[in-house]
Amino acid sequence: MTKSADLDGFRAEVSDWVQSNFPSALKGFDLGADSPSEKGVSGEFRAWRQALADKGWGTPTWPKEYGGAGRSDPEAKVIRQEIAKAGAFNPIPPMTGMGVTMVGPTILEYGTDEQKAKHLPGIASGEVRWCLGLSEPNAGSDLASLSTKAVDEGDAFILNGQKIWTSGAHISQWCGAVVRTDPKAKKRDGISFVMLPMDQKGVETRLIKLISGASPFCETFFNDARADKSDLLGDLNDGWSVVKRLLQHERQSQTSAPAAVKIDQEPLQEQAKRYVGTLEDGTLADPDLRLRVVENLMDAEAHKLTVSRITAEAKGQVKVSAAASILKNSMTRVAQTKAELTLEMMGNQGIGWEGEQFSEEELRSVRDWLMGKAMSIYGGSAEIQNNIISKNILGLPETTQQG
Amino acid sequence: MAALTEEQTLIKDQATSWASAEAPVSKFRAMRNEGTEVGFAKPTWDSMVEMGWTGILVPEEYGGSDLGYLTFGLVLEELGKQLAASPLFASAYVGATALLLAGTDEQKSSHLPRIVDGTEIVTLAVDEGPRHAPARTAMEAKSEGGKHVLTGSKTLVLEGMSATHFIVVARSTGKVGEAQGLSLFIVSADAAGLSRRPMKTMDSRGYAELSFDGVEVSDADLMGPAGQAGEVLDEILDRARAGVGAEMQGVGSQAFAMTLDYLKTRKQFGAVIGSFQALGHRAAELFAAMELARSCGEAALQEIDAQSNSVAKACSLSKAKVGDFLHTMSNQLIQIHGGIGMTDEFDAGLYLKRARVLETLYGNQSYHRDRYARLLGF
Repeated sequence: MTKSADLDGFRAEVSDWVQSNFPSALKGFDLGADSPSEKGVSGEFRAWRQALADKGWGTPTWPKEYGGAGRSDPEAKVIRQEIAKAGAFNPIPPMTGMGVTMVGPTILEYGTDEQKAKHLPGIASGEVRWCLGLSEPNAGSDLASLSTKAVDEGDAFILNGQKIWTSGAHISQWCGAVVRTDPKAKKRDGISFVMLPMDQKGVETRLIKLISGASPFCETFFNDARADKSDLLGDLNDGWSVVKRLLQHERQSQTSAPAAVKIDQEPLQEQAKRYVGTLEDGTLADPDLRLRVVENLMDAEAHKLTVSRITAEAKGQVKVSAAASILKNSMTRVAQTKAELTLEMMGNQGIGWEGEQFSEEELRSVRDWLMGKAMSIYGGSAEIQNNIISKNILGLPETTQQG
Repeated sequence: MAALTEEQTLIKDQATSWASAEAPVSKFRAMRNEGTEVGFAKPTWDSMVEMGWTGILVPEEYGGSDLGYLTFGLVLEELGKQLAASPLFASAYVGATALLLAGTDEQKSSHLPRIVDGTEIVTLAVDEGPRHAPARTAMEAKSEGGKHVLTGSKTLVLEGMSATHFIVVARSTGKVGEAQGLSLFIVSADAAGLSRRPMKTMDSRGYAELSFDGVEVSDADLMGPAGQAGEVLDEILDRARAGVGAEMQGVGSQAFAMTLDYLKTRKQFGAVIGSFQALGHRAAELFAAMELARSCGEAALQEIDAQSNSVAKACSLSKAKVGDFLHTMSNQLIQIHGGIGMTDEFDAGLYLKRARVLETLYGNQSYHRDRYARLLGF
């Protein structure tokens, strides 16, 4: 247990280090704008990432031998806070795709020593980017009905099939994929989790254009793609338990504010006042909108308080838990409603697609609103989260559907 | 549940087991069926006094234990689960708070020890119209050389029929609708010119309507400077709101527990109804709302204990969010239970009726949404 006096000392150390290592040229860098890839980053960016990686502070709770810093959760929080306070950022999680938030923690739990040594340091340094091959066309949230086949060929599995929503697959070096290794077994009993390099002849990716105009997602095709047997994570045909854990880490990572939230964003009510105006008594000129804005602000506050209450109750050691489903749904509701309210208050200015009649902020709001529709779908839809709450927390019986 | 101290855990556990053994909802039902005017059973109240709950907010010098608002909230929540009726909240929570925040040293030493030992029931009389609106106080306090003459009426005064003293909000200056000009007086229930009559409400608890016909009080009964009580009244009401929130959380979590139990046992179409996805999802939504509301309710009590400068915001958030949850939960309690939920014999109705009364006390959800927006400056 870390004493608070020690934490204060550590805080001072982190603060000093960030002050003297964060390049001022990177101030105001918009980390959330796009998935950053190796190509697009500057020398300063790379140097800052390397400096963080050398300290192990990009993944502070990971063991030192795998590129982390072996720090406690409260210490990791101090690092996060001090980095934010200095106007800096930690580029490593966004640089690794699904590496830091999902693949890494799962390898730490299920991986062999060799797998940990092979894969974790590259994630911790931010150099190796990962995507996940989970969903398939026609499978959606019903993940266990996947059909990508993996055939045992001695040292390797040979993969054939198609994955969808493989975020960042076009810029990833590695992929973690669930594949069917025993076609005769029951749905969940015949699948395995394999890791494979993306740079090989049998792997092809295509971008999927979304309603927002952006393409953060891909389709990935396996055509006799090869995954070494030594890269099978967990036991053969026990991939379902690996995936379940992976998805818990995913939900956990989706419960706090989305990475794209900019630090200096104008509060919703101030934005509303700017577009809608106020009455003599200072209240918003549109009383119906005013009440819906205040409800959203209250919901946001309730979400924030719940995150800190759950953290306090767990005494700083938050385990991946079913509570993540509650938080994911409440986060989603707050963010999606906020995006709707933003467009609504902008009125005619909130419907632009491009062109100079609209400000950058206005165009951005439209794209963010559309992009935000994915929040209640990815990582298990809102309905799937409700299934998890009713079954795992409330102990209600399995519904008539299998899922 | 917030991370509790050992002492808080002990008190919460004591309240849980006492409420289910000594003051279960069946006792409340029996009291209701008898139709007492004061709206609580004397032995229940005596037992609470004996356990020291009346002293939770009161400093040791006045005979209390000074354990703070979160601790009191834990007790109120457990009592809320069983709908246990007593003057505990009105007197030892709101009355004591008013004395602590606004009372003179004389008023504190005269009343607080007697609140703690149960010989006095001190309650706040604030509302006059159908909606909670302290600024709309019309009761007149005419000042004439060391004396104040109170004329007007008060409605929905908690435990008004059993109260020995009223802390009365009256207007010394200004017009109805203005926050300025309000004063607080502590008035004995047997003061000349003061009359009360019971109000029968759907939650079968004790309320009174008060009529002040030229009631004379002295400067010694004035709490703080005349005409300047607006701010401290707000602080008192905020603490009261957080306390109501704690009880509401208890009523709501009991309603949720009853509903969940029913979902797991009631069979229809050959299956327990909780296996129907529509109902499973509804339960999940209610549970999530309950957890989010709890965070707001506990945060309000913690901010009061920490004397933070955002108590007002936290308390309005609590009253609104816990209120929204309880409103939905109490409706779903009936809906999910179906026909049985409509019968007087089953407890659901008691919870629904209490829920609606608690929502209106010290400002309903729309009052607090409006207030929250104003506090944020829009």
